[in-house]
Amino acid sequence: MLSIKDLHAEVQGKEILKGLNLEVNPGEVHAIMGPNGSGKSTLGHVLAGRQGYEATRGKVKFLGDNLFDMDAEERARNGLFLAFQYPVEIPGVSNMEFLKAAVDAVRDARGEPALDSVAFLKLAREACKAVNLDQNFLKRGVNEGFSGGEKKRNELMQLMLLEPSLAILDETDSGLDIDALQVIADGVNSMRSPKRSFVLVTHYQRLLDYIEPDFVHVLARGRIVKSGDKSLALELEKRGYGWLESAA
Amino acid sequence: MSDFVQQAVQLAPSAMPSWLTDHAKSSRDFWSKSTLPTRKTEAWKYTRLRPLETGNYLNAAKPATADASLIQPSLIDGLNVHRLVFIDGQFQQALSDSDMPEGAELVRFADANERQVDSINQHLGSLFDRENHLFSALNDAWLKDGLFLRFKKNTRVEQPVQVISLTTSQEQAFSIAQRLLVLVEEQAEATVIEHFASTNEEQNSFTNSVTELVLEADAKLHHYRLHLEEEQSIHIGGVHAGLGRSAQLNSFQIALGSKLKRLDVVINHQGEGAHCELNGVYLPQREQHVDFHTCIEHAVPNCTTNEVFRGIVSDSAQAVFNGRIHIHPGAQKTSAMLSNKNLLTSNKAEVDTKPELEIYADDVQCAHGATVAQIDEQLLYYFLSRGISRQEAEVMLSFGFINELLNQVHHQEIGDYLRPLLAKRFAADPKMTRHIT
Repeated sequence: MLSIKDLHAEVQGKEILKGLNLEVNPGEVHAIMGPNGSGKSTLGHVLAGRQGYEATRGKVKFLGDNLFDMDAEERARNGLFLAFQYPVEIPGVSNMEFLKAAVDAVRDARGEPALDSVAFLKLAREACKAVNLDQNFLKRGVNEGFSGGEKKRNELMQLMLLEPSLAILDETDSGLDIDALQVIADGVNSMRSPKRSFVLVTHYQRLLDYIEPDFVHVLARGRIVKSGDKSLALELEKRGYGWLESAA
Repeated sequence: MSDFVQQAVQLAPSAMPSWLTDHAKSSRDFWSKSTLPTRKTEAWKYTRLRPLETGNYLNAAKPATADASLIQPSLIDGLNVHRLVFIDGQFQQALSDSDMPEGAELVRFADANERQVDSINQHLGSLFDRENHLFSALNDAWLKDGLFLRFKKNTRVEQPVQVISLTTSQEQAFSIAQRLLVLVEEQAEATVIEHFASTNEEQNSFTNSVTELVLEADAKLHHYRLHLEEEQSIHIGGVHAGLGRSAQLNSFQIALGSKLKRLDVVINHQGEGAHCELNGVYLPQREQHVDFHTCIEHAVPNCTTNEVFRGIVSDSAQAVFNGRIHIHPGAQKTSAMLSNKNLLTSNKAEVDTKPELEIYADDVQCAHGATVAQIDEQLLYYFLSRGISRQEAEVMLSFGFINELLNQVHHQEIGDYLRPLLAKRFAADPKMTRHIT
């Protein structure tokens, strides 16, 4: 699914990722944890193709193809999805228009015909329900005036509609209360399948009580410094990151 | 005297209702002594009048045939309007509605009765001075007819009045003087849509339009002014509004670009407690030019203004926005907000924006701001990360920038009418606009 080898990346001339390795197979859920500033969000944006987040060394293969040969929109069309930590607000463009444009683009890439608006509306309403958002949110501007939790649920709704092969969730749990966290976790769990992989970037072990990962990695100073199973997350919860950072 | 000034004087009509003669003559005298603004004239610094001077105008177009298909594109779906149609400046009885909406009185100056003449005389030209509004004075000088819309005291007229002014292309250039006087009496409520359009891009008309909006105490007017004329048309227009005590004006204006478009909008708060919402959108492209000069005169206390203008300038087009708010001495407790945001979609596009606040009272709330920017890369990235192409993302973002204002118009049918029309401006390929229309 995703194979990252010796990835180095810069943001504004500063090296953030310094030789990162990660293998994600189909159906696996990987959690990436780590202290502030370790490069977790950078990894998500480098993979999604954000301008200014530049890979300077290393190789990333996504579904067998060289990821860096693709533009951001091609990566998305090929099945890579990043749930943003801070989704932007786009007044004037309705959520519905945005979702339909995204779904049509992805369907088009898969060789599927565009959905007519009735069929799409039905899908979108179901997705709203699944993430516990009122249908009014479809008519509103994209993320416009949404609360933090509503923005995260809107990200999850996009994930559900776009059905990616690989979903990277960048701190989707931060700032959520327990109920919202449960909604997100239920959504992700319902999307788990042998063909779909997840990378959960998070600060806290809490999320992993709800979404059980196959692997847990610690990212510190731009590298994966320790990998293990879910018990590693519990250990981090007790001991913090200090003992690993000094080893990095 | 420049060629155009001389020509303009000769273009003045010889026949007009007798009660208009004095008014027209004094303006003609004034005009014949004036000089055209140059780039040194502050109010015309960024707008050249050269396109105007190159024309050799007839004072009337050939009589148009009242072809109903011509106005088809100007019909607003779902809105039951009372329609009045002018083609090339000439009133089209056959294409216009005759049943007056209840509570309204619609009459051409030439047909006005004595009472109506008194009322017209009382208000005509009362809201502007010729020195500062040279082209409104020219409209005076060219006066031979006009339209008087009166909404009677204490009535709420549900049916909007749509005045369509259509220009066609003709062999020889011609000029049009369009005059509209709207009187909304005490506690009356009305909707007026001024709709300027052209039949095609090949235009050689010069439209000089003046609209006067008189709102008496507690009157409420929804006003729309749609400038949808194409490429080669020239339009210099003025809207002058006077708001009485607790009157409320909601005005939405839109201008596509053309060879030369200059629009002055002046709102006079004359009675305490008056409120004005003024929103506008301009979208010049190719080599087009649009110039909006707005001026809000807060002459009395306790009035509020909320003004928002947004523009998208593409290709080598130029937009000018000058927004002045003038708070007179004693106009305490005024609240006035002005925002002007511009999006440039090309490196050759130009916008000259200048918000001006002039405040002579100390207990007021005022804010103004102007921005000029290109499409936000961060927003664009969000679209790309969802698989949407860069080109479609740019179209959707540009459209969204003005759609925010379209979403706020009181009559949603007008927003719905404008959306597909404007979407086409952002991309010729319907695939790029399919998600916004």
